[in-house]
Amino acid sequence: MVELTIDGMKVRVAEGTTVLEAAREMGIIIPTLCYHPGLSPYGACRVCVVEVVKGNRSSLEASCTLPVEQGQIILTNSEKVSKARKLIVELLLASCPNSKTLQDMAANMGINKVRFKIKDRGCILCGLCVRYCKEQMKSGGLGFVGRGTSRRVATAFEVTPEECRNCGGCEWICPVCERACTAGNLLEGLCGGCQNLAPVETCPVCVKCSESVGPLGHKVYQ
Amino acid sequence: MRKLASAVKLEQWRDKILSQRKPENASISICGGTGCHAYRSENVADALLKEIKRQGLVNEVQLKLTGCHGFCERGPLVVVYPKKIFYQRVTSADASEIVAETVMKGHIIDRLLYIDPASGKKSNFEDEVPFYRKQQRLVFGNNGIIDPTNLEDYIAIGGYSALSKVLFNMKPEEVIDEIRKSGLRGRGGGGFPTARKWEECRNAPSSDGIRYVICNADEGDPGAYMDRSLLEGNPHSVIEGMILGAYAIGSHYGYVYVRHEYPLAVTNLIIALEQAREYGLLGENILGSGFDFDIKISRGGGAFVCGESTALMASLEGKIGEPRPKHIHTAVSGLNGKPSNLNNVETWANVPIIINRGADWYSQIGTEGSKGTKIFSLVGKINNTGLIEVPMGITLREIIYDIGGGILDGKRFKAVQTGGPSGGCIPESLIDLPVDFDRLTEAGSMMGSGGMIVMDEDTCMVDVARYFIKFLTEESCGKCVPCREGLDRMLDILTDITEGRGREGDIELLEELGSGIKELSLCALGGTAPNPVLSTIRYFRDEYDAHIKEKRCPAGVCRELITFTVDEDKCPGCGLCARECPQEAISGEKKKPYRIDQEKCIRCGLCRDYCKFEAIIVS
Repeated sequence: MVELTIDGMKVRVAEGTTVLEAAREMGIIIPTLCYHPGLSPYGACRVCVVEVVKGNRSSLEASCTLPVEQGQIILTNSEKVSKARKLIVELLLASCPNSKTLQDMAANMGINKVRFKIKDRGCILCGLCVRYCKEQMKSGGLGFVGRGTSRRVATAFEVTPEECRNCGGCEWICPVCERACTAGNLLEGLCGGCQNLAPVETCPVCVKCSESVGPLGHKVYQ
Repeated sequence: MRKLASAVKLEQWRDKILSQRKPENASISICGGTGCHAYRSENVADALLKEIKRQGLVNEVQLKLTGCHGFCERGPLVVVYPKKIFYQRVTSADASEIVAETVMKGHIIDRLLYIDPASGKKSNFEDEVPFYRKQQRLVFGNNGIIDPTNLEDYIAIGGYSALSKVLFNMKPEEVIDEIRKSGLRGRGGGGFPTARKWEECRNAPSSDGIRYVICNADEGDPGAYMDRSLLEGNPHSVIEGMILGAYAIGSHYGYVYVRHEYPLAVTNLIIALEQAREYGLLGENILGSGFDFDIKISRGGGAFVCGESTALMASLEGKIGEPRPKHIHTAVSGLNGKPSNLNNVETWANVPIIINRGADWYSQIGTEGSKGTKIFSLVGKINNTGLIEVPMGITLREIIYDIGGGILDGKRFKAVQTGGPSGGCIPESLIDLPVDFDRLTEAGSMMGSGGMIVMDEDTCMVDVARYFIKFLTEESCGKCVPCREGLDRMLDILTDITEGRGREGDIELLEELGSGIKELSLCALGGTAPNPVLSTIRYFRDEYDAHIKEKRCPAGVCRELITFTVDEDKCPGCGLCARECPQEAISGEKKKPYRIDQEKCIRCGLCRDYCKFEAIIVS
């Protein structure tokens, strides 16, 4: 067992646990996007960052991939952490404003302006669908293509792969497709922080893995 | 098979090679490195060889096409031994004279000598050339004297003697201790103490005992070519370093991860590996010591991010080259989940030198925290473009003025960008900064792998920052949000500023974004990427202000913010600019001042370049 301090509280957890798991065990809320308990940790969205204090210095680390260590001191809600998380969500909103998950997160964090140019890419590249397909469905039909800003989720050669069993898991797990924000006319990239109560509709911008996806809805694979 | 079965056999072979060589005989070394190759040095080599044959001197005069000599600016370079007579800008037409006069009679051909533009002094010999005088070429110096495809050349300069010393006289722990005492730090960018990495890898548990030793030759910085030149010019020094490291770590499997865009480096490395295997210096039972180690080559597809250790190892495994969090070091769990030790080309090439000459000697070179020498590629607006190797702690002034020969066209030095695209720009006020790992980091830049881009007064620092961020945006793997989205938004803001759409608060936003990207990114690419922006804001904030508030580019670079006009007092009306203008925006009568139509002008700057009277004003 390893003993560490999270937000001033001492906790003992098994070796190999991540800081995120340890904190959630204690009931501490850490927002996540690319993390899913059933999938391998990925560390891409950086929304789950926590402050790791070492003497006079501290650094920000993604808690989903950070293994617990004896004597570790973690702050999950410091000023540094909340500033960093806000920046990440602001950047994500600028590239994917139609995600209700993101809009809700922004409302919770008190983000009241997106200062960056809105470039709707319709995907936050969290890789949940890719990992779900590979790890849970043992299919591996989805993957990443390209790098930098041209990176996107795709199937090989842009055709529905033989491995695909039309399970729809990629769509189900997607924080953008599954919960699309329907507020329309976003003001400066934000839906107004209303915690949009409109019924969730189908996804207009999925991973484009199936030819059957049209602008009006997501019919999964047929 | 010519396997050398023991250390004694190696020494006997070395003695035999040396006894056959006549150092007093003339030999010609011609640079075949990146720069000289571009100047068609192989044509010069062909011409020289033809001439040697024609004059019937094949047995007396040796001709070597070597790796990079370093002084790329003056290529093709020819050095005539034994006196080391130094010729520059040699053409095929000079071949017969070089052979007849210099090689046969020892006469120096005046017109091929290097003249120092500063002092006007001619240099007869290589050591006299100011470019080389302040250098200390421990690692790189051998490039000029060995044929990289000839193992005998490397043996003749004491090659693989460190290997036999280590295999038969030192325990692995002693090797690590020696490296620790030498103070060697990684030359690939991070500056991590090499011995600590080796020790961690050696002590890391491995269920089947497999450990890997990897050489990082994925040099991807714009303008940097020192690793390439080392692999091209002296591949055996890298191989020997890797075997020494493998012995210290207890590894039997090695990889060289090298860019596919470096075909000559790959070719020479393949030749060198085959030779080393043939002579029993690599493979099973090296030199009869019972130690096994072999090296495979893996060619990278040219992604900048694959220079990062975890991305490199993912790529080696055949996966997408993207980094993973490094809470568990690659020395503990790297390639295929096994303990893996990754060092840069230059680091490996330093190892045999340390073993041969001792840690005490090596640690005298350099500064408190940075020992030894460092190879830099000195490029940009500098007179002497080339590869230089200098002791750590040398000042930027010495590099730029004494070695580099100052700024092109006598212009004023403005800044130097060190450490590749994610390094920072160091301004003129810090020109006396000693170059070592820690001081560069304090100044907001970094050692990086050793790129050094010199900029003059005509360089716009905002434009420079934009250029590097554009490169990094394209080269980011795109996995983590701060690096992918953050750099892209940074590029948007910088583009706006350079195109006259800058707004109040942009600088502060860039600073906030920059420090956020640094702290939040998954790997060192994002962790250092904002350096060009943050360092230019730190040292050249006034230029950002001029762009944003006054919509003015002080250096006259940003097209949207400048206008070209004709100075009527200076323009003699020659009409050259009007003929060269691609937009036909310039008109006028002969012998009267011309005019530029601002509507048509695309601000390409051709008129300024062609004008012999400096009559084009940029404002």
